[in-house]
Amino acid sequence: MTATAVRVDTASAASPKRRRRSLGWVAVVPLLAFTALAFGLPALAMLNGAFTVDDPATGATAYTADNLTASLQGAYLTALLGSVKLSAVSAGLGALLGLPLAQAVVTSRFRALREAVLTASGVLANFGGVPLAFAFVATLGNAGVLTRHLGLTDKGWDLYSFWGLVIVYLYFLIPLMVLTITPALEGLRPQWREAAQNNGATPAQYWRHVALPVLLPSLLGGLVLLFGSAFAAYATAAAMVGSSIPLVTLQIADAISGNVLVGQENVALALSLDMVLVAGLVMAVYLPLQRRSARWLA
Amino acid sequence: MARLNLWRWGVLGLAGLYFLVPLAASVVFTVDVPGQGVTFDAYTRIFATEGFTSSLLLSLELAAATIAVVLLLTVPAVVALRLGSPRLRPVVEVVCSLPLVVPPIAFVAGIGTVLRWGPEHFSRTPLFQTFVAVQNPDFPFVLVLAYVVMALPFVYRALDAGLRAVDVRTLVEAARSCGANWPQALLRAVLPNLRGALLNASFLTLALVLGEFTVAQLLGFRPFAVWIVNVSGSQAQLSVAVSVLSLLVTWLLLLALAGVGGRTRPTSRG
Repeated sequence: MTATAVRVDTASAASPKRRRRSLGWVAVVPLLAFTALAFGLPALAMLNGAFTVDDPATGATAYTADNLTASLQGAYLTALLGSVKLSAVSAGLGALLGLPLAQAVVTSRFRALREAVLTASGVLANFGGVPLAFAFVATLGNAGVLTRHLGLTDKGWDLYSFWGLVIVYLYFLIPLMVLTITPALEGLRPQWREAAQNNGATPAQYWRHVALPVLLPSLLGGLVLLFGSAFAAYATAAAMVGSSIPLVTLQIADAISGNVLVGQENVALALSLDMVLVAGLVMAVYLPLQRRSARWLA
Repeated sequence: MARLNLWRWGVLGLAGLYFLVPLAASVVFTVDVPGQGVTFDAYTRIFATEGFTSSLLLSLELAAATIAVVLLLTVPAVVALRLGSPRLRPVVEVVCSLPLVVPPIAFVAGIGTVLRWGPEHFSRTPLFQTFVAVQNPDFPFVLVLAYVVMALPFVYRALDAGLRAVDVRTLVEAARSCGANWPQALLRAVLPNLRGALLNASFLTLALVLGEFTVAQLLGFRPFAVWIVNVSGSQAQLSVAVSVLSLLVTWLLLLALAGVGGRTRPTSRG
């Protein structure tokens, strides 16, 4: 990635083409201007709102860290931790279950099966939101088909709980993991296994010393990607559980729509800022890992 | 070897079970109503239900506008980056990935704040009319703005991947040598070679807009996904039936894409 960019750079420096470069600027400007307006403005508004309080009596605005402090206390903190816990558990399970599935698909001799699973993964990884929630309500909800036929309610089953949400989230997290890890698994050269075997390594030793170290960046990258995906999810939980489970996205939605208290909008913005910080951290971990795995598997 | 195969089929079987049962159960849920037996009532009722056509049309219009805007913005930029401004590439790459860092719910919180500035600060200026216009309930353009931002990372990657397979510089130079002017070279030489990537990007955007719930609901508009949730309170069977249908439609769209796009996979995430 970096190498090709450098090569292109030197090539264009060797034969400078002023007219083309100016054309490039002109074509990129609308895109940058648009993002500055449609993305930058809301982002700045969020940042600004997170650090201000309006005095309802005088209408004066003051800069303060009160909102941020409030967003890390009480019910808001519970919600934030609830989201982190739910995302961590479902991302861990998703990675753990997605890896063997991807491995089974990659090593399969049937091309059609591979294509079918990868296509289906592409569809299912994007199948979040409302339809997913309703599919699970119809399956495992209080009046769901499986719940009724297997009598799950008597056995203590409840879809509208932490583990219920984990099961639902796995529905789009496992396919996402399959998509993320498949290129890395395909990059494991058969020669490496043969070389390990020729040197007398057992399959366990091959995995422990060769395959896993090469896969590790991709695995960790997939893990944080899944975490971010679960962390940001709102529609599924909102359509399914309302706000009975403390999640930061549900709290923000409540505060924005004024369901809780008037004047909590800025705390919602502070909570949003907390989310952005967590998501930013996730990306800061993910991108270097991705670059690292690209080095091995190019 | 036999042990390995057994393990593989076990894994695939379990996965198949987990992914197919909810779909099958949803279909059963909609046709097998307790006390009524098997009936397709839920599906026939969909079209007669108030709000179905209008919300679906609104979603489709929003999708069309979003696809048009996002392609008009990204295609020239990505092609220009390939042709002449490699130094701008990292900038555009970062700008197009930034929306991934901001979860939709945080994004909509920011948009809501900006929209409140309209009545608070600009009510006496001509700018106020713009604030009103973008929030027109018949066609909320503010949603198009938000969706373009949310689609940007996926569209950029799809186009970038498509361009990687094409030698744009040579194509344009060949077209120019044959006497084509710049627009002709782009429209008739570059774009046809990008057909797969363009379709890929369009379908991803379409799927995103049709399923989008967070932004629309919190800004108080009622496209398709919001309508389904509103209906679910009173008519559970109906809302599941609509969910099944919308999944089928998305699935067919993406499968069609896989067919048209040839070897490209229907997602840019991998």
